[in-house]
Amino acid sequence: MNAVSARRRSGRRLDSTVIVYLALIGVIVIGAILVATVGRSFFSAGNIRDILTGMSVLGFVAIGQTLVILCGSLDLSVPYVISLSSLLAADIMKGNPANIAAAVAVALGVAALIGLANGLIVTKLKVHGFIATLGMGLIIKGYLDTNYKGTSGSVPWEFQLIGATGIGPVPVSTVIMLAVALLAALFLNRTRVGNHIYAVGGNEQVARLSGIRTANPVILAHVLCSVAAAMAGLLLASRLGVGSPTVGTQGGYDLLSIAAVVLGGTLLAGGRGSIWGTIGGVAIFAVLDNVMSVLQVNPFMKDVVRGIVIVAAVAVYTGRQVERRRARFGPGGSATEREGDAGPDAQAPAPASASTQPDSAQPESTQQSAAQHNSAQLDTNVGDRS
Amino acid sequence: MNAVKTLVSPRGAVFLLLIVLLVAITIRNPGFAEPDQLMRFIQRVAPVAIVAIGQYFVIVGGEFDLSMGSLVTAQVVIAGNLIGQDESRSIPVLIFMFVFGAVIGLINGVIVSFLKVPSFIVTLGMMLALLGAVFYWTGGAATGNPADSFRQIGRGGIRDVPVLEFIPWSVLILAVVLGLAVWFMKRPFGRTIIALGDNPTVAKYAGARSWWVKTSTFILSSLSATVAGILLVGYAGVHPSVGRGYEFIAITAVVLGGVVLGGGRGWVVAAAAGAFALEALFTLLNFYDVPSTWRDAIQGVIIIAAVAYSATTVRSRRRARPAQASPTPEKEERPMEGATRTATHTPLNAGSAHPEGDKTHNQGGL
Amino acid sequence: MRRMHVVSAMVGAFALLTLAGCTTDPGVTAPTETTGSEETAAPSVEWFDQALFDKQDAERSVVPEGPDGKPYLQYINAEMVDTSQYKAEGAKKGCFANASISNPWRQTGWITMNEQLKALQESGAISELETRDAQDSDDTQIADIDYFINEGNCDFFVISPNSTAAMTPAVERACDTGLPVIVFDRGVQTDCPVTFIHPIGGFAWGIDTAEFLIDNLQEGDKVVALRILPGVDVLEQRWAAAEKLFDEAGIEAVDYFTGADPVEIKKIISDELAKGDVKGIWMDAGDGAVAAIEAFEDAGVDYPVMTGEDEMSFLRKWKETGLTGLAPVYSNFQWRTPLLAAQMIFAGEQVPQEWVLPQSPITAEEVDQYLAANDGMPDGHYAKFGGEDLPGYPTIWQERQIP
Repeated sequence: MNAVSARRRSGRRLDSTVIVYLALIGVIVIGAILVATVGRSFFSAGNIRDILTGMSVLGFVAIGQTLVILCGSLDLSVPYVISLSSLLAADIMKGNPANIAAAVAVALGVAALIGLANGLIVTKLKVHGFIATLGMGLIIKGYLDTNYKGTSGSVPWEFQLIGATGIGPVPVSTVIMLAVALLAALFLNRTRVGNHIYAVGGNEQVARLSGIRTANPVILAHVLCSVAAAMAGLLLASRLGVGSPTVGTQGGYDLLSIAAVVLGGTLLAGGRGSIWGTIGGVAIFAVLDNVMSVLQVNPFMKDVVRGIVIVAAVAVYTGRQVERRRARFGPGGSATEREGDAGPDAQAPAPASASTQPDSAQPESTQQSAAQHNSAQLDTNVGDRS
Repeated sequence: MNAVKTLVSPRGAVFLLLIVLLVAITIRNPGFAEPDQLMRFIQRVAPVAIVAIGQYFVIVGGEFDLSMGSLVTAQVVIAGNLIGQDESRSIPVLIFMFVFGAVIGLINGVIVSFLKVPSFIVTLGMMLALLGAVFYWTGGAATGNPADSFRQIGRGGIRDVPVLEFIPWSVLILAVVLGLAVWFMKRPFGRTIIALGDNPTVAKYAGARSWWVKTSTFILSSLSATVAGILLVGYAGVHPSVGRGYEFIAITAVVLGGVVLGGGRGWVVAAAAGAFALEALFTLLNFYDVPSTWRDAIQGVIIIAAVAYSATTVRSRRRARPAQASPTPEKEERPMEGATRTATHTPLNAGSAHPEGDKTHNQGGL
Repeated sequence: MRRMHVVSAMVGAFALLTLAGCTTDPGVTAPTETTGSEETAAPSVEWFDQALFDKQDAERSVVPEGPDGKPYLQYINAEMVDTSQYKAEGAKKGCFANASISNPWRQTGWITMNEQLKALQESGAISELETRDAQDSDDTQIADIDYFINEGNCDFFVISPNSTAAMTPAVERACDTGLPVIVFDRGVQTDCPVTFIHPIGGFAWGIDTAEFLIDNLQEGDKVVALRILPGVDVLEQRWAAAEKLFDEAGIEAVDYFTGADPVEIKKIISDELAKGDVKGIWMDAGDGAVAAIEAFEDAGVDYPVMTGEDEMSFLRKWKETGLTGLAPVYSNFQWRTPLLAAQMIFAGEQVPQEWVLPQSPITAEEVDQYLAANDGMPDGHYAKFGGEDLPGYPTIWQERQIP
């Protein structure tokens, strides 16, 4: 099961990620030309810093959102988690550098609990992620509105440096975000639970039949998503110097992060996608926003452009994918052919998966063919849905 | 006795919730049960309920429509700016609004069907683009309210009716829309929508023109947003924030009504009841003087609890049918079930024959 | 395989960057004073501030100085600052970090500002105004200000902060460039800008409106307060003042957040009317006021005593119904002042350090006058927009052309 899904994933992932980054290069080229027409340089230090700064916050949120979407759920509570963590951090720090560690720990810890609640509601109470996290978001919003009447707390200078320091034109916050992305990518591709996230999102029943406890990956993904949102909140606290009850909603990070994830080639239905694709999607948004701001596009028109770009970019991407998938029903498009293009590294997880499921009575070959059959079936489902 | 059982069962959860809320409101404020107050309440719910009915078609077909709120706003502003104080323009503009709504639905549906873009993304893009375009066109504020005669549709009604005293036009329009929706879902086409949401592959093999079925659900939702916009411009007047958040309210209402996200299961009347329950909740919070900052939190708890309660359907039903041959105690395997279904039912009644299909678990239903 | 490449490329890039050494943003410096952090550290901010309340209460009755008939150049109790250090010839380039144009008040002001810009471009004082719109986001506005500092080639900054505390560090960075910084509307917690332009303020609004309602109502009467959203200081101060006065006068006041959505407003008023009599309506911004009045019409009860705002929709409905009303004003003409202040600064003329613009409500006697003056304007227009002498008047505002 794991071998097959990993193989399918890696073949697909490279493909989609390449498209995303090609699109990003296209956007950069067009953007650079447009920026040049108003007498500015796209590649100047200040402009690159502006783009990367724009990527950092959304990047954190989108990394978490990717995990949740990969396992077939989604998280609409992120804006409120962001606000809450910025407030908790700023209030605990009280301008004193000695409190930084405690503040970060509390903010991330509370976020983890919120994520745990989301995950339990989704898996144990069988409430769809959309409603569970929408409701959780409203609950946190009620708490924020009742207890905070505006910005609160104070972030010491040492912590503000995270948002203000740069390595050349690259803000430290972006470096941290990319490091978190790296960890998330390693988590997804190198750990058992990471593989299970793909498996559960791809087909929950097959995952369960192959011995995965399907609730655990979903719960863990929700916990990690909320923690990632809290990191975004911490970064915002660092940039603002205070905690703010509205900073999460201001950015529209819920829908924007979902859009960035899908723009990055992750299937909204789950089971397929990658962190690096998401980062590409976030970068596309950041470049787009930067170029529109430099060109002083009317703010209302910005939304129109954003809306069209989201749909058009995803259309280009899904258009390709559907064709590939259709071909599989033809004579030459069977699973055997895909085995050929899978590449050597896809084989690696296979023995691992066999050893991690010692209590599975079925011989591995049967499991594999069953999984293949099911994944083909699921593909047609997903194709028509998405 | 049977009715009571149905109410207490998870399937009837939304109706039970609605009754509890209405009783709680009446206890606090006995005047609420008087006919004219009730009529006013229904008048208020009508736009939300109509949007929820439209969203129902899309959701039961397995998709989302996030552009409904923006479309409501667009229609409200169109009515204000194009009709203005000139009553003679009412009819042409009304026709234009329906055409405009249908075109938006068509665009959504065609992109979802042919370009295979997830409906969540298509309608999210439409939500941004439509709202941005409306603001760009109007400079953020409409010129003013449309002619009073046009606003009567949402604001006025038949007065001096025996017993009821006052029947708002909105209530009649809601009744008509709900009646049409129920009738529509009983026809083969409506069942095809459910079949498509339940299992697209099977529906396709059975010969459903899936692109048209899917697109028509988006057209229906956009038309219902148009109707809601017409009612709201009367009820509240022109303002760029009218319609804000309606997509989420509608989805919440539909899910409260026991309709499963991911498609294939749900009753349109329950979706409308979900809208009533949601509005009754807001009214209750107003009547009980709940601090304004806590309302959202209470709403959050109640929607999670209500959906969790109705989700127990699946578990209880599963326990209730151990006799059925199924490979695992948990659930049948999907491809097998799909195959059985094709063999034993015509897909057109697949939806109604399996109103509680196995969709609840499908978190990948987006 | 490719995955490994990506990973190693990442690690390599990270190492390289680390070797390159950390550089703090040249525009970023440690704060010179850290006062204010202690008092804001309390978990919950109370908006009521007796000193500010008294100050604004007094300013309401001060006759402003400055040219007659040009309220946007008048000032109250000003302490003038010398600007000779900035004196320079030639047309200057401005960089404007705007919070947003997401509500009718800001849209109207933004239109007026652009017409003022055209006038100053013709007179040769300003060459261009580069604007970045933060779309209501603190984080975006901080990035916008940093972008201007690094890339803007600006001669002066105009900043309309999205929120007070959060924007303070970025405004300080802009001040550190040595260029003149002009802040207007919401303030910041630093006095580094050359001038901070604003109308008297939220407490004055609250006092004007609450006193009007108290004068026209009996003790024990009920007032419904319709508020847009929590957490915005200019709005919270309006309510903080009004709530205090209502409390002292024995007026029962309940408050709701409406998001300025007329549907929400109508539902709230309908429910309040179903519960019992409502004698007064108080609003922290008049947007959506018409729906509140219509709720009384639909319920078939007498009109309330009401305070709205100088938005045309309210003035028109007020006139039509003849209710007892007051239109408080959060002077929209302040959008002209920043550019005129820039002109004065580069001419070396003194400007007020804190430029308090007049802010006086429109009373029943003045409604006709303002309705006539703004005939043909859209409902979302603000009567005291103060742009009657600008080149594009009245078409630009009537057609609501947003640049």
